[in-house]
Amino acid sequence: MARPITITVNGDKHSLEVEPRLLLVHFIRERLRLTGTHIGCDTTHCGACTVLLDGVPVKSCTVLAVQADGRQVTTVESLAVGGLHPIQEGFKQEHGLQCGFCTPGMMMSSFALLQEKPDPTEDEIRWALSGNICRCTGYMNIVKSVRYAAQKMKAAAAVPVEAGARS
Amino acid sequence: MLPAAFEYASPGTLDEALALLDQHADDGKVLAGGQSLIPLLKLRLASPAFLVDINRIPDLDVLEERDGALVIGALVRHKTAERSSLLANRYAVLAEAAPQVADPLVRNRGTLAGSLAHADPSGDWGSVMLAVDAEFVLRSRSGSRTVKARDFFSGPFSTLLQPNEILTEIRIPARRGPTGGAYLKLERKVGDFATVGVAIQLQMDDGKVGTAGIALTAVGPQNIKATEAEAALKGQTLNDKVIKEAGQLAAKAAEPRADLRGSEAYKRNVVRIFTERGLKRAYERARGGG
Repeated sequence: MARPITITVNGDKHSLEVEPRLLLVHFIRERLRLTGTHIGCDTTHCGACTVLLDGVPVKSCTVLAVQADGRQVTTVESLAVGGLHPIQEGFKQEHGLQCGFCTPGMMMSSFALLQEKPDPTEDEIRWALSGNICRCTGYMNIVKSVRYAAQKMKAAAAVPVEAGARS
Repeated sequence: MLPAAFEYASPGTLDEALALLDQHADDGKVLAGGQSLIPLLKLRLASPAFLVDINRIPDLDVLEERDGALVIGALVRHKTAERSSLLANRYAVLAEAAPQVADPLVRNRGTLAGSLAHADPSGDWGSVMLAVDAEFVLRSRSGSRTVKARDFFSGPFSTLLQPNEILTEIRIPARRGPTGGAYLKLERKVGDFATVGVAIQLQMDDGKVGTAGIALTAVGPQNIKATEAEAALKGQTLNDKVIKEAGQLAAKAAEPRADLRGSEAYKRNVVRIFTERGLKRAYERARGGG
């Protein structure tokens, strides 16, 4: 039986009726038409469907939409605000993707990592992304992409505010 | 993939959850982290008619030492265990197992208690709990009972847990004196099921082994407690000969099956080697060597 739920996705509240068996990834892709989040393996292996649930990266194919009732979901669509996010720029500059299917999940796991550790080592990046599988790249360029993003975000944070500039 | 239709409730108290489970004892199921259950629902290997989601019940995420025991609540997630300084400082076998469970995304959701209730013979926590001689508190509407880990597992994906019960708490004897542990796991890649895992817990007593806990992952129909190896260590000074013998006894206790991950002989050999290495590592830790 359908039940009403409210999920805040990328800052916007969405109140819809859903069946309890509806998976979060289907809610995001089919009900909200946010198709940036991909369904890869559909069996909790690949991480292509990674989104943040209350800031924590999870496989959205392995969470029920009703479980996200009243919670915050963040998808890849949230990254670009008035231009590419440094993570997206990193994947572009360092060729962190080939087919691109795993990329939204890679980016969301990377985003969560950089929130917690702004300057991760290569090992920390590989560890944080070890639940996300890529069949194309061999991961080398993905690691470089995250390093690029970390540098870029660090530099942006370090820019002194000009005299008289409004904050 | 879509699970078969089910009814769903996410009660705010344990009493409500237990009442619902009681009401749906024939076709109800507890949903905690969901990292095993939801895949089973999607593959339709399980089709419960009613899911009781316990994620909104407060106070089930306790992880603390209390009354001579380390208490782990039903909602403690693998990630919390992985990051716990209490475990890192005092319960090495748990701290070492946690980051080897599944992958980081699964660890963010999945729970220790859920993994134990699921009772996959390839599950890491079952062996850890057998090694440390844990007990589980099983609550139902009519009361609670405490079951030893060694009595809890009854076969592949089978336990003593009744359909109207929730595994609310894991209790592990609090660390006292020189104690060390280790968890060694062989997996083909992150997130794959274990090829072999070995959990070790050593309690030293005046330079000799007081008690030893040894348990095996993925080499039998359930997690196996290597009781002969444990008994052989009791009262011994840990030298190479004693360690080697324990390794052989642990390998004998294993009941591996050949599959894509390796032959029976290979897995048995990994059990032997891991037991030796684990005992050495646990001994170092018991002596304060980290």
